[in-house]
Amino acid sequence: MKTFIQTVLAEADARAVNLLQILRAVQARYQHIPEEAIELLAEGLSIPRTQILGVAEFYSFLHITPQGRYDLLISDSITDRMLGNQFVLDYLAERLAVQVGQVRADGLVSLNRTSCTGMCDQGPAGLVNGLALTSLDIARLEEIVELVNQQTPLSQWPATLFAVADNIHRPGLLLSEPLVAGDALRAAFGRGLPETLEELDRSGLRGRGGAGFKTVVKWRFCADEPADTRFVVCNADEGEPGTFKDRVLLNSYASQVFEGMTLAAALIGAQQGFLYLRGEYLHLHEQLQGVLTERRASGLLGENILGLGLNFDIEIRLGAGAYICGEESALIESLEGKPGIPRNRPPYPVTSGYLNKPTIVNNVETFLAAAHIAVRGGAWFAAVGTEKSAGTKILSISGDCARPGIYEYPFGTRIRQVLEDCGAVDVLGVQIGGPSGTFISNRELDRALAFEDLATGGSFIVFNCSRDILRIVQNFTHFFAHESCGFCTPCRVGTSLLKKQLDKIVDGHGSAGDVVELENLCQLVKHHSHCGLGQTAANPILSTLERYPDVYEKQLKQISYEPGFDLDGALAIARRMAHRDDAAAHLSQLED
Amino acid sequence: MTGTITINGQIVPFQAGQTIIEAATAAGIYIPHLCHKPGYTPHGSCKLCTVNVNGRNCSACTFPAVDGQTVINNSAELQQDRRRITQMLFVEGNHLCPSCEKTGNCQLQGVAYYLNMTDNHFPHFFAHREMDASHPDILIDHNRCIFCNLCVRASKEKDGKNVFAIAGRGINKRLVVNSVSGLLKDSDVSIDDSAVHVCPTGALLIKRTGYQVPIGQRIYDHRQISEVALFAEGSHEQ
Repeated sequence: MKTFIQTVLAEADARAVNLLQILRAVQARYQHIPEEAIELLAEGLSIPRTQILGVAEFYSFLHITPQGRYDLLISDSITDRMLGNQFVLDYLAERLAVQVGQVRADGLVSLNRTSCTGMCDQGPAGLVNGLALTSLDIARLEEIVELVNQQTPLSQWPATLFAVADNIHRPGLLLSEPLVAGDALRAAFGRGLPETLEELDRSGLRGRGGAGFKTVVKWRFCADEPADTRFVVCNADEGEPGTFKDRVLLNSYASQVFEGMTLAAALIGAQQGFLYLRGEYLHLHEQLQGVLTERRASGLLGENILGLGLNFDIEIRLGAGAYICGEESALIESLEGKPGIPRNRPPYPVTSGYLNKPTIVNNVETFLAAAHIAVRGGAWFAAVGTEKSAGTKILSISGDCARPGIYEYPFGTRIRQVLEDCGAVDVLGVQIGGPSGTFISNRELDRALAFEDLATGGSFIVFNCSRDILRIVQNFTHFFAHESCGFCTPCRVGTSLLKKQLDKIVDGHGSAGDVVELENLCQLVKHHSHCGLGQTAANPILSTLERYPDVYEKQLKQISYEPGFDLDGALAIARRMAHRDDAAAHLSQLED
Repeated sequence: MTGTITINGQIVPFQAGQTIIEAATAAGIYIPHLCHKPGYTPHGSCKLCTVNVNGRNCSACTFPAVDGQTVINNSAELQQDRRRITQMLFVEGNHLCPSCEKTGNCQLQGVAYYLNMTDNHFPHFFAHREMDASHPDILIDHNRCIFCNLCVRASKEKDGKNVFAIAGRGINKRLVVNSVSGLLKDSDVSIDDSAVHVCPTGALLIKRTGYQVPIGQRIYDHRQISEVALFAEGSHEQ
């Protein structure tokens, strides 16, 4: 182990800032972070062992106890549930003789659930040792079972199991117009960099991650900050359940995204960029490295890019299963090899980001759009969309529709139009912007896709009338409790309390008072949490309570109060100890 | 960047670089807090010091004072929310005030008194948390840890050691000790470390000192935490 650790340390320049990458390498080799490795790493990096433990215990894909040599994780997004992920879990558990959440005694295989893997258009999906598996039907499951039992190395598994489709159904402004590599940089330098910033301003481009901050304002802030070093970060930690557009952009438009990053570097004066790629997209890693190599060979990255005097390169960093790292300051912490805990603000990343240097963090789609704007000008982009939302939005559509996949629409498009195009019928409602966004009912389909009305990072999940609102909300609420970083009290404790309180109602133990209590708790978590995760964690409950109070009401008991505590259940141990199970040894819970 | 801010209508001066809580404390205004302590890097995690600044909720311990800010600290709504946040801390761990040797000297309890908290309101988590009594002089009762990070910061910043850290995510967070066994006895902790004296609850205790001052004669048995904090922290003025 010592030799291996030394190699890993050498590859990471023995810098603690690369700790997450180091731990990923150790995990890949030993299926966990062994105690001995912790000691060796602590020594090699001159950091306390607790710092390593802190990172290892924070990320879902890192473990301090061994996982199976084949570690199977099944996506537990609501769309994967709708497509039968429970069947997948049951089937694998039975055929591989391993319980969900456990490692088989011989250490060969482990099976568990994981948060959304970004394959909602081809679920039920999963991961094997971090690599994406799609469309898990019986035939494919049986194939997987065989391969595991025969202990076939992953490198020899048939490529069809790992095939990921783009499913682009409606390309628009960005996805249909080709862009020659280097054109955006040539255009920007040809026009002049200050003039290119003007064009970007004219385009009205707003960040595509969901918050919608004007891109040029962020870039100008960063450029104006006095500093010797600045960084460009592309946020590819697409973790919002139902979102997968970045997966497609990085699969088929990566060069354009990297060009947008290089453009940003020229405009703000950065020499180093990072693509923070979510761990779930490990399957794209090698391919993306290839695109970077190609761009370097073409003089589009590295020293003196295209002879324009620009020096800039991009490094890919992989996440390890933490939704919170999509929050820009948590992402920066993660880049620095720490747990992804959102920072206190101010200072903002544009003044103090990666290594406390001015840093811009933008969405994959934002960089793609910026590259196109540099070539075609601001007016070209601003001519599409609405007054406050220029251009188009790329949507990931999944759920109850005939054609799940990628759609690009001008801002201002009605939701009804989107639903018609993707073949959604008998619609109950649509979750727009993922769980942290808004659930709209079928009475609101004339609302528009725009920052003025329904903003979204790209997730559209369609539900038809056969779906149970409460089960959907329960899935989302559990997701947030699982993904809370735990830094602040209202989110750490609050999201877990939301989960308990909602479960109490869904399980039929709720009364009118419980809904009032649930609503109060929602407001508390929303208004007092440290970052966006906690501030939006109650949105699924709040937006459905508002639209479907009757659904909640139907689930309630007609009494003023029902305890969540199972009085009779609590006596089970006492009955066992007293060797009795007669009627008198049972207690009934209030009036029946 | 010297200037003034208004807290509950009172004009409060501040010096460049001061946070809202520092300006408030200097002016004799108490803002409830647990993870904040003068002289330590601000943390902003307990959220008890949430105040409303120009219409937005912010942590007073991390948010810089800026000329002309209007700060609301004592609205009925904020006090109610702070009570709820305190109740969250109580149900998350296992806090048994009457039998805890820190009773009367505990800041969590002191804040609860101050906020007029009379019950725990939320359902308990009944978390299974261990006790580390391995060290001859120091005890960790994980049941009472509220993840304020003060011992972590103290060990690093005051003692020049790294005895404590927080590991885990979400509701599964836990205080960890820097030793191969994970036990306090195998760490380089010392009874003189600031880290073992800074705990606002009864999570980190010095052995054989528990009942030297009888219950009923302890700090918060007679004085409000607001008064105690302002007296102690006002004198720490940086």
